[in-house]
Amino acid sequence: MTCVHLLLTLVFAVSLGTPVEIQRPRGVPLTKKQFYVENKPFTCLDGSRAIPFDRVNDDYCDCKDGSDEPGTAACPNGSFHCTNAGYRPMFIPSSRINDGICDCCDTTDEYNSGAKCENTCKELGRKEREVLQKMAEITKEGFLLKQHLIEEAKKGQQEKKSKVTDMQGNKKQLDEKVEVLRTVKETAEQPEKEAKERHLKAWEEQKAAIRLEKDKAKMAEAFLFLTDDEDGLLSLCISVSVSELQSHAELDADADGTLTETEAQGLMGGAEQVDTSTFESVWPNIKDKYHSESQPEEPAPVETPPDEVKEPVVVNDSEPYPEDDISEEEDEDDEDEDDYHEDDDKAPPTIKAPEKSHEDEEAMPPYDADTQALIDAAQKARDDFEEAEKALREMDDQIRNIEKELSFDFGPDAEFTYLYSQCYELTTSEYIYRLCPFNRISQKPKYGGSETNLGTWGSWSGPENNKYLLMKYEHGTGCWQGPNRSTTVKLTCGKETVVTSTSEPSRCEYLMEFTTPAVCQEPANTDLSPHDHEEL
Amino acid sequence: MGMWVLLIVLLCVSARAVDRSNFKTCEQSAFCKRQKELKPGQSPYRALLDTLELSDSRITLQLINDNNKVRLLLELYRLQGNMTRVKINELKPLKPRYEVPDVLISDPFTETLSVVSQDENSLVLSLGGKDQRLIVSAQPFRLDIVEGPQVLVSLNSRGLLAFEHLRARKDTISHKISSTVGSMWDSLKKEEDKPGMWEETFKSHTDSKPNGPSSISLDFSLPGVEHVYGIPEHADTLKLKNTDGSDPYRLYNLDVFQYELHNPMALYGAVPVLISHSTDRTMGIFWLNAAETWVDISSNTMMFGKILDFVQVSSEAPQTDVRWISESGIIDVFIMLGPKPADVFTQYASLTGTQSFPPLTALAYHQCRWNYNDQEDVKSVDQGFDEHDIPYDFIWLDIEHADGKRYFTWDPSKFPQPKEMLQGLMDKRRKLVAIVDPHIRVDSGYKIHNEILSKNFYVKNKDGGDYEGWCWPGNSGYPDFTNPEMRAWWASKFAYEQYEGSMENQYVWNDMNEPSVFNGPEVTMHKDALHGGWEHRDVHNLYGLYVQKATADGLVERSGGVERPFVLTRAFFAGSQRYGAVWTGDNAAEWGHLKISIPMCLSLGLAGISFCGADVGGFFKHPSAELLVRWYQAGAYQPFFRAHAHIDTPRREPWLFGPENTALIREAIRQRYALLPYWYQLFYNAHRTGYPVMRPLWVEYPDDVATFSIEDEYLIGKDLLVHPVTDEGATAVTAYLPGKGEVWYDVHTFQKHDGEQSLYIPVTMSSIPVFQRGGSIICRKDRVRRSSSCMENDPYTLYAALNSQGSAEGELYIDDFHTFNFEKAKQFVHRHLSFSANTLSSRNLAPDSQFSTASWIEKIVIIGGSQPSSATLKNADGTESALEFEFDSTLAVLTLRKPGVNAAADWTVILR
Repeated sequence: MTCVHLLLTLVFAVSLGTPVEIQRPRGVPLTKKQFYVENKPFTCLDGSRAIPFDRVNDDYCDCKDGSDEPGTAACPNGSFHCTNAGYRPMFIPSSRINDGICDCCDTTDEYNSGAKCENTCKELGRKEREVLQKMAEITKEGFLLKQHLIEEAKKGQQEKKSKVTDMQGNKKQLDEKVEVLRTVKETAEQPEKEAKERHLKAWEEQKAAIRLEKDKAKMAEAFLFLTDDEDGLLSLCISVSVSELQSHAELDADADGTLTETEAQGLMGGAEQVDTSTFESVWPNIKDKYHSESQPEEPAPVETPPDEVKEPVVVNDSEPYPEDDISEEEDEDDEDEDDYHEDDDKAPPTIKAPEKSHEDEEAMPPYDADTQALIDAAQKARDDFEEAEKALREMDDQIRNIEKELSFDFGPDAEFTYLYSQCYELTTSEYIYRLCPFNRISQKPKYGGSETNLGTWGSWSGPENNKYLLMKYEHGTGCWQGPNRSTTVKLTCGKETVVTSTSEPSRCEYLMEFTTPAVCQEPANTDLSPHDHEEL
Repeated sequence: MGMWVLLIVLLCVSARAVDRSNFKTCEQSAFCKRQKELKPGQSPYRALLDTLELSDSRITLQLINDNNKVRLLLELYRLQGNMTRVKINELKPLKPRYEVPDVLISDPFTETLSVVSQDENSLVLSLGGKDQRLIVSAQPFRLDIVEGPQVLVSLNSRGLLAFEHLRARKDTISHKISSTVGSMWDSLKKEEDKPGMWEETFKSHTDSKPNGPSSISLDFSLPGVEHVYGIPEHADTLKLKNTDGSDPYRLYNLDVFQYELHNPMALYGAVPVLISHSTDRTMGIFWLNAAETWVDISSNTMMFGKILDFVQVSSEAPQTDVRWISESGIIDVFIMLGPKPADVFTQYASLTGTQSFPPLTALAYHQCRWNYNDQEDVKSVDQGFDEHDIPYDFIWLDIEHADGKRYFTWDPSKFPQPKEMLQGLMDKRRKLVAIVDPHIRVDSGYKIHNEILSKNFYVKNKDGGDYEGWCWPGNSGYPDFTNPEMRAWWASKFAYEQYEGSMENQYVWNDMNEPSVFNGPEVTMHKDALHGGWEHRDVHNLYGLYVQKATADGLVERSGGVERPFVLTRAFFAGSQRYGAVWTGDNAAEWGHLKISIPMCLSLGLAGISFCGADVGGFFKHPSAELLVRWYQAGAYQPFFRAHAHIDTPRREPWLFGPENTALIREAIRQRYALLPYWYQLFYNAHRTGYPVMRPLWVEYPDDVATFSIEDEYLIGKDLLVHPVTDEGATAVTAYLPGKGEVWYDVHTFQKHDGEQSLYIPVTMSSIPVFQRGGSIICRKDRVRRSSSCMENDPYTLYAALNSQGSAEGELYIDDFHTFNFEKAKQFVHRHLSFSANTLSSRNLAPDSQFSTASWIEKIVIIGGSQPSSATLKNADGTESALEFEFDSTLAVLTLRKPGVNAAADWTVILR
């Protein structure tokens, strides 16, 4: 069978019940009717050749541009025009003519395929008008809302700008105030410091006197023990020898467990032997570590200095804790006491307990009234200064936040400003999605589980002519063997601001649909009359 | 629940993220190691010629192993069509050994073997004409097939016949054997147990081996042969490599994650068919065994080289030795004696059947992805093709479509209305494939599982309980597809009323049917699992074939036997060609993987499986736009044309790479659709004859040594030569055009080139170098539409490319494109088209068939023709009419305008 047919057809374009007859070859749009003149040679629209008119729509492709077969599928690059009266006209590729699939709502593309097509143009037109009308209403209302949003945003922006200006003025004052208070503080602190030092010094001297006395007693005791040990008699030559010291391993300087002769000599200032007078100079080298030999044998003496009570605590501790630190700490004046406790969290608590009790024993006497008054005054100056400084910091933060907000691109008319610092949620069967515009998007399982970051604000990423139709959120939580999650937010005009859907078209690349009045365009024409029939 | 999911994910991930070390080498496979320890030398086997028994169909005689006195039974058959079958089994095995069922389409027809002569040490049998003889040598045992003075093939010439006879475990024997059978005991004692005979452990998996050692081996020597091919599936060269010094090629169906190229590791399928080729002869060896198999290939060509052309000493001629080793079963080998490539294809097809004839739509373009997320996604991808005017026939759904990976179901939230979706596709004359894998979720709320459980259809573990393993759904059972009752039940599940939501435009894909067991040894089933009385060891390579067979049967049944099925499988075996298509599994978006798709599909074609393709774009990883375009261009000219992508890769529908690349991909797919009549006719021929659709050049040019190793180009049928661009940034390819005196025409430009030359072809991104052989007529449908069904009644254009004698011929095959009526009711059109002496005519090749088509001949293009003064069309009724024509003198292309005759009619066009 051959498909020779339809050189010319009568196209009945039916519009709202009024039939209109237009004679032109099948598939030719009205705009090109003049090129197809019956009984005159047809020139391919690209001008490449002319053919007899009976070869137009004869189901054989003669023109390279496909223009001789507007109504058949013969040309690979042809297109077919359907009038679609009652709906909108369209072009389809010629390959869709008589392919058994109804493409044109007026059924004209399936004239010889056996496909059962129904004319659905009226219905489609009606639906489209409904949709358009609804859309127009939404757009209209949305656009009004948008105007409102723009006003608000502009007002808000203005307010914020002036607020920043105000705040910057206030800040200047505050800056000055801080400086004044700093001077006040420093001025008050100087006499406080001096009074405290005086007080401390007096106490130190008192302590030193007591310590010196104790020390002397201990030295004498030690000297006696050391000499007693070696010679067994109180000879004329009362002396301590190197070997005697060597029996005291606790004096070992390099902590290798033995006190070598050299080390012992070092302690004794290079001498082989010392007598009572020179022992006074040796004593400071060894006193901190010296263990009285009588001690283990005797029941703990009542007068044992707190130094030695503490010692076993330190030694037994698994963590090495330098003894020097402890003695230094004791010697330190109390002014630094608070600092110490705040700063050094590493000190094992076991150390603190005995230390405390020791302090209690040797507590510094209270300040006299004058000193205390100076301290109180300085404290007040400090508090005032800190308060002012804090206020300044807070103001700086506020200014920075407002400036950051002002730096965002909230659209040509700042219409997206209202979305800032808001969040919108959508709950699906599995997850709760949360969009916080200009900030981040997250996904949280509905029934417990941790939140996943689907991206933080990146940029507007719509097409060149309107970049404000898409938002891109990037660098979310990483995917296993894949990229970091990211989300594209598609904005459409709506009266309300809501997330309408989310999907994951590609692994870890999310798509979120979001309606907002901010993208509603100004209605082109307020006239909502039914769709024009371009063909008529 | 959360933990459950996590556990599954972890298990799947860790089991699938494997490397080479997760799969055995020969050294790690106990039987392979034992067999490889045996070196060539004197065979201990002796033929006992006095046990000869001769019947009409076969001869039998016994072989004895002089070391252990165990006797074997040798059976020799002469088969119709120039084949010899050699079977060797134990004479009295302790228990029966597995003989592979269901692969041969019938008992092969035998021909009489007659004894020509016999002496003390030999027996000469006649194999019919042409002086073909089968010589049995007694000591050492050896078989030679000779033709005249020429040895074609020798068996056990290197003494590597080794048959591990079944035996009882020694510790159990010693108690039972009494002293009265001492002599036998003595001989048994000589055979020491070797490691791995009774138990074998690989990577924490223990194979209990209750039957002990059972492996078999035999060597074949092929004198004069330098080129051997086949034994798919391997990601390796077309020409098989010498395996001296490396592992043998392995045949053991495995789910290999991110497989590597160019090595002999086993992949998803196995066809134990090896083809040898030389300018003298093409032959084949079909080793019918479904157990784990290793194939060693050793050839001495390298050492001798070309000198041999002048030295006529046969003993020093090039030779290839092939050794087959299998873990269990018997030796059952078919030697296909050719002598031409086409004869070997016919011979193999007579044993295992031919390619199933797919519905036309299956040859069109397939769009797949793991996964199209939901109905909306399917709809929008479908629309995307129409918006970008790109044809496609099938959209595919991977595992995520099912409800919790319970196959035969739909995810209720993603696919709540499957029929609505299918109807939407049907309205566009398109189709859908949904995956159905053989692992079944163990879940008491799952109907399929419960039925299999109640019918006791699951594979059993070694202790007799239902075998369970991990796969996509988590804990899974594996139906015993070797059981015919189970297969019948499975097939019945595809009935429309059983498979809820399914419709006639829904087809099926079987993945993971090696079978894949994530936590099993080598990601597959334990060898000591039980299929009725047989161990999984015996049937392993057959499992995938049975899955596809049962599924294809189901699709036929659901249509009342009317519709041709279409089922894609990943695992396969000899005979799988009868059930549908295969693809090369989980490849990657790399240029190397694009390249290897050619030799992989060529190897499959040589082994009978024509309907082969690779995932276009590469499954793993993200292809560059250039790679994707090149892959579409290559895939458009391979039999199974499907794009597929891993779930973790970015989307890659054809229009996502910019308008230029979209146009390039559109053009490649359109070329495929225009050529569908040619593909369809080739598949009809493959179905009739077993000839591969996609062929290595040497198949058509067996005397041209230059073609023997070519694997970057190939022939579709015999008339189209394709050299796809498979290199990144390529600016040119060099194609070899074969055939002395042949001419080839570039199908895009009609430029003419002489044969037997290497042609340098500059290429751009739009180039797909394809050549039509002078002397051929190819029918195309140049009106490409959005799916192949839409083109059903479209007219044909004939492209007649003339040879140097000015003649050409071709065929045209037409039927309803989807039912069995071509076979059952002879409803088809088969025409022979020929052009010679300026006369083109269409002649009926099947006068007893009947079919009416609406298609007609719209145009005839004669390439390499000359300008006539007139062209006259003569119709069957004698009426004549003048045809208009155009002649392009620079290219010598004559175009006849609109003959308009029906494609089924007799007609003649005379040029003057």
